[in-house]
Amino acid sequence: MTTPIVAAPPRRAGWVGLVGRRLRDWGPAAVVFLLGIAAWEGYTQLADVEFFLLPPLSTILETVWNDRDTLWSAGWFTFKEALGGFVIGSAAAILLALVLARWRSVGAALMPFAIAANAIPIIAFAPITNNWFGLLNPASKMAISAVLVFFPVFVNTLRGLTSVRPQQVELMRSYAAGELEIFRRVRFPNALPYIFTALKVATVLAMIGAIVGDYFGGSQDALGILIRRSAGIFAFDLAWAAIVVASVVGIAFYAAIAAAERVATSWQPAARVE
Amino acid sequence: MSQSEQVVSLRDVSKTFERTGTSALEGIELEIGRREFISLIGPSGCGKSTLLRIVGDLIQPSSGDVVVNGKPAHQARLDRDYGIVFQDAVLYEWRTVAKNIGLPLEMGGWDRRRRQERVHEMLELVELTGFADHHPWQLSGGMQQRVSIARALSFSPALLLMDEPFGALDEMTRERLNAELLGIWAETGSTVIFVTHSIAEAVFLSTRVVVMSPRPGRISGVVEIDLPQPRTNELREDARFAELIRDVRRVLRRGGGLDEHEEPLPVEERV
Repeated sequence: MTTPIVAAPPRRAGWVGLVGRRLRDWGPAAVVFLLGIAAWEGYTQLADVEFFLLPPLSTILETVWNDRDTLWSAGWFTFKEALGGFVIGSAAAILLALVLARWRSVGAALMPFAIAANAIPIIAFAPITNNWFGLLNPASKMAISAVLVFFPVFVNTLRGLTSVRPQQVELMRSYAAGELEIFRRVRFPNALPYIFTALKVATVLAMIGAIVGDYFGGSQDALGILIRRSAGIFAFDLAWAAIVVASVVGIAFYAAIAAAERVATSWQPAARVE
Repeated sequence: MSQSEQVVSLRDVSKTFERTGTSALEGIELEIGRREFISLIGPSGCGKSTLLRIVGDLIQPSSGDVVVNGKPAHQARLDRDYGIVFQDAVLYEWRTVAKNIGLPLEMGGWDRRRRQERVHEMLELVELTGFADHHPWQLSGGMQQRVSIARALSFSPALLLMDEPFGALDEMTRERLNAELLGIWAETGSTVIFVTHSIAEAVFLSTRVVVMSPRPGRISGVVEIDLPQPRTNELREDARFAELIRDVRRVLRRGGGLDEHEEPLPVEERV
């Protein structure tokens, strides 16, 4: 009997150890966060900064609380626009990447256009999509988000699908696997970490698309409209409060995808995730 | 070797890579009988890995016939007659050790229970029981390679193709895995084609060593290894072992594989 060269990895540390490690990991970031908040609050209060330049954080948070109904319903409305664009854009990107990974000649024909399309500042199309789908129709914002999301997801998925080690494919061939089987069992799992990296970026892009799309006109319920309108009437605390809500929604969106990533690619060593 | 039991038969096999126009193999003739352990040895560029891939139907010869188990190599691949082990373990990172070993069984349509039993047997064979639920990155290089061997053997293929499987491992691990491989070979009764750079490894493992020479890749000689079975590590100090290594070196030199002006082989190759 050969002795194993490597022992089994140590069992997870106890609850106390875990909390201790978390503190060590997150401690520095928490300190920076608190310092930032203190600096903001202190500076705006002590230096008597003009309200329209930068309101004190405490005022903004107060507004977040007082206008919570308006803010959260606007946040939810805009999140649905972003989510719609995210789903449509990512799905289309992943499907196209699958097709191009399977039929490389099609890919060679389409790739230059995809790259050229990526160089276009998509946001410039916002007024046009408003025109196409109607100013009040959420689809006009979803369209902008979807197009913004599309390219990074497409490129990363394609890279993940095609960066399989040749021998991993040869081995599948030796098991008499066909193309479909190789996609299902090798290319797709190999692409998953790439896809999730792109999807995390895509959550941010989808939120940007939805909010900036609102700036060019949209439903009174939307967050972008709320920000624009409050800034226009010098209600900067409300504008800032809306930005806080947009940030919270954006971070939650990102965190949700990151959590899905951890479940879907749990086989990765912890160090490689993130 | 009984002539009626050919596992592999290569007739006038040549391979020219069209893109570069280089002739990788020319006029290869080789018959391999059941339960043989054949090593292909030669300098880089002699086409030994190419030859292995042609036998496994992973690349197509430019001309010549490849018959495996009495049928064309392509049919043999579709019948899952091959187990392949590469220099890298080539494990699927998203699968656990057990699921890597069970992959060819899944592909072969084994039901879940038989699969689990078989995987368990294989884990015992390569002495990795207890690592079933580990992921490849948690294993050392030697352990990964044992998983790879277990996977190749799991479906009892008639023919085991090994492309420098121990080339990336340290000398001590390599010698231990050599001994383990011989044990497995004796136990499973498979036929092995083994590509290596190491003369000592080839002589220690094989029933015959096929020596190849480069540009174009040709067989420059075959050395019968008449060392007794089962082989143990003491054999490495045996006079006959040293003699056979000298024979292989002589054939290598004749084929241009060991140029007098070239660097001599590393010390460990000289026993």
